[in-house]
Amino acid sequence: MSIHDTRSAELEATWRDPPGLRGVLSAVNHKTIGRRFIVTAFSFFVAAGILAGLMRLQLMHPGNTVLGPDRYAQIFTMHGTTMMFLFAVPVMQAVAVYVVPLMIGARSIAFPRLNAYAFWIYLFGGVMLYGAFLLNVGPDAGWFAYVPLSGPAYSPGKRVDFWAQMITFTELSGLLEAVIQITTIFKLRAPGMTLNRLPLYVWSVLVTNFMILFAMPAVMLSSTALIMDRLVGTHFYNPAEGGDVLLWQHLFWFFGHPEVYFIFVPALGFMSTIIATFSRRQIFGYTAMVVALIATAFLAFGLWVHHMFATNLPELGKSFFTAVSMMIAIPSAVQIFCWLATLKTGRLVMEVPLHFVLAFFFILVVGGLTGVMLAAVPLDLQVHDTYFVVAHFHYVLIGGAVFPLVGAFYYWFPKVTGRMLSGVLGRWHFWLFFAGFNLTFFPMHVLGLLGMPRRVYTYPADPGWGALNLLSTVGDWITGVSFLLFALNVWRALARGMPAGANPWGAPTLEWATSSPPHAANFPRVPLVRGVAPLWLAEPYAGHVRGLADTQREVLATTVLDAAPDHRMIMPTPTIWPFLSAVATTMLFIGSIFTPWAVVWGTVPVAVALVAWFWPTRAETAEHLALEKRP
Amino acid sequence: MSGLPLAAFLDTPPLGELSQDALRAAGPQAAATLALWWPTLALCSAVLLGILIALGYALATSGRAVRSAPGDLSSLANREPGLVRAVSVGVALSTVALLGLVAASAATDRKLASLDTAGALQVHVIAHQWWWEFEYLDADVTRRFVTANELHLPVGRAVELVLDADDVIHSLWIPNLAGKRDLIPGHTQTLRLRADRAGVYRGQCAEYCGYQHANMALRVVAEEPGAFTAWADRMRAPAAAPATPLAQQGRAIFENGTCAMCHTVSGTPAAAKHAPDLTHLASRRRLAAETLENTHDLLARWISRPNALKPGVYMPDQAYSESDVQALTAYLETLK
Repeated sequence: MSIHDTRSAELEATWRDPPGLRGVLSAVNHKTIGRRFIVTAFSFFVAAGILAGLMRLQLMHPGNTVLGPDRYAQIFTMHGTTMMFLFAVPVMQAVAVYVVPLMIGARSIAFPRLNAYAFWIYLFGGVMLYGAFLLNVGPDAGWFAYVPLSGPAYSPGKRVDFWAQMITFTELSGLLEAVIQITTIFKLRAPGMTLNRLPLYVWSVLVTNFMILFAMPAVMLSSTALIMDRLVGTHFYNPAEGGDVLLWQHLFWFFGHPEVYFIFVPALGFMSTIIATFSRRQIFGYTAMVVALIATAFLAFGLWVHHMFATNLPELGKSFFTAVSMMIAIPSAVQIFCWLATLKTGRLVMEVPLHFVLAFFFILVVGGLTGVMLAAVPLDLQVHDTYFVVAHFHYVLIGGAVFPLVGAFYYWFPKVTGRMLSGVLGRWHFWLFFAGFNLTFFPMHVLGLLGMPRRVYTYPADPGWGALNLLSTVGDWITGVSFLLFALNVWRALARGMPAGANPWGAPTLEWATSSPPHAANFPRVPLVRGVAPLWLAEPYAGHVRGLADTQREVLATTVLDAAPDHRMIMPTPTIWPFLSAVATTMLFIGSIFTPWAVVWGTVPVAVALVAWFWPTRAETAEHLALEKRP
Repeated sequence: MSGLPLAAFLDTPPLGELSQDALRAAGPQAAATLALWWPTLALCSAVLLGILIALGYALATSGRAVRSAPGDLSSLANREPGLVRAVSVGVALSTVALLGLVAASAATDRKLASLDTAGALQVHVIAHQWWWEFEYLDADVTRRFVTANELHLPVGRAVELVLDADDVIHSLWIPNLAGKRDLIPGHTQTLRLRADRAGVYRGQCAEYCGYQHANMALRVVAEEPGAFTAWADRMRAPAAAPATPLAQQGRAIFENGTCAMCHTVSGTPAAAKHAPDLTHLASRRRLAAETLENTHDLLARWISRPNALKPGVYMPDQAYSESDVQALTAYLETLK
């Protein structure tokens, strides 16, 4: 029995975003927003990659003069800020915006208008930061913006204010997405998808979003206090007036360490998804995997102090954080061993996504082991703030997140576009990236041990750091070439890639049940779920939900634990107000960089836009009432 | 406390070479850290190798399939006891190894904290954007003296560096001697270390502190106690009055111009504390926190155009005439 039927055209019209410019600004379909989110995040990735290339060019030789200290400071700050705040965290939420509703058999994401608003806020915040950078007002106090260097006395001008306000934008967007995605996962699953049938990727998204809910307020608080110190002369961080410079570090890292796991945990979900599909079996140890994800999330909040071992903390207190920092390796070990067991007993399909996932077992493991080294206070005190740490976290973030993310890109690209990427180009991309990455970052371990500190725009010839730096720069060029091949592959696939069909990989989860690219309503017939790998069951489509309206964006809400049908609800239609609300919010945020009064007057347009957003129309209400019939 | 085992980790760089290297310990603190580093590296390498072998074994022995092959859900009904055992053993071994590392780390912490500091030399280190101020403390205040960017230490005697920052956060790192410690405005910290091998070691600020973070280095000269005492006596002496007319003219420019608004030359009216103490500038090997060799030409260029050599530095560029520059240089070169 096909999942498609004759009503699908009518449904398509109901759920489609309107055409034309108005449609561009008022789209709310999660697939449209998800695509934009992903493309925007990858654009920032490219921008930050180019900045990294400039840094490598400057550091290629001792005493090089490609970049001066001012330009270099802006570039390394923008690189870190972009990668962490505008690429890595948003791209993980962006993929979830597209994939999660499909994977759980939902027709929509929860709060679709808020979802559109969160995207616009993220886009405007990023554009503001790059606008400032191009006008030579780019932040230059590091992505970590330690006070007092970032405070009013040592960073006059508006550079740091743009940085702090970018935090406000991205954290607002991130927190909204957390609420949206948690609600989606808890309330919009297809009937029968009980929590113990939730795909591991969806578990990882759920866990990540809870972490975001608890960690992001810390950085919003700390950056707002910084803005106030700078704009209205408060003294949160001014030791001369009873403030404390270490307060910033505690608040920033209380967010900043979990942030690494906002990036890493969804990538663990990509790993589990791709390994299961390409091993042709379920991941071994489903329950252990879920518990490991949750344990990682809890432990991630207990190790922020390992960024601060060189400050004035008591020795015994540091030992506690050493222990937690090492223990977080245990849930990762559980997952790695479960994946190895899965690979061992599976029948492997050696496609490109699996290549990227297998790289994790070398790169992330190296990064994890250097992380264990850094957890030991004595070792950390030697290599903290050196190139050893630069090597460590690039191994963790690129091996633990970017490689799986690129694997996920190859994996879901056919679903999103309906076209296959070339496997030959994909393999070239993989091997060049793998070689280039290791050539760039492995020498940095040695550089750190040889005494080279981080964040230096130049270095002398005497300590003998030149050769390894040159090697690293060459590695960066190879990585650059690999991503040019990636871009070529994407362009070629969009122009004339092989049609993908609904389920090109023979994958088990629900997103592969619908067409590629998916129907506007995702599933013309909302499936009933009877197992953890529905499409691998002998009879995947044994039943579906009946009774949802075709002319309204009606969805079925289900119960949190058992996904039993709970009630029908109608999702809002496309509207331009989330866009206009985001514009009003942006005016408020940017205005308040220049005057505190913007916080007062700027709220008026925001309030107007929000009222218009939620204003009910008579016709819509009548239609909704008409649908309220007894079952 | 340095005991025999740690001596194995002590290393002297070749004579005349400037060393900034965490893998060459010149004192007990760095040696104790290395004594933790090498076993940790060995254990971590073994773990990596083990995982790669397990991966290779899994890939070599598993079956192969094509994209259209059906998925296998038999594992849902079967508890796969062999895999449960293998994964449990792997997790248990990892846990044991991590606990071992926690214990080794704590033991090294203890060793580092128990450095015997009886009779230690005390130096007050104040970090500035972008240079280091060293005040050698003494119970007899008349024996205290101040210098900058070049830290002399007696071999074999413990040193207590009392750390403060004048502006932003900095971090003092002399990898051959000890791990780093931050200098934080509003919080005084102490770094205890000892140099057991004579030599010249380079140190550097490790916390990003603004534009010239890259050029905020220091030179540590660890010398035999006799040589150190002789050096300290020279440092306590006020500057000698210049003998040549050119140098005397330079001194006049120095004291009546802008130089004296920031710098001190002890024994003269120049006594400001905003910039490095120049009383014995000519005895230092390098200028501007290790940025430049202390040569006649570079000193002259530094006096008139510091921003060309260290962009962003707080010392202002000055419109001195060539003859003024030569006079100032001649004066500074008398400050041995």
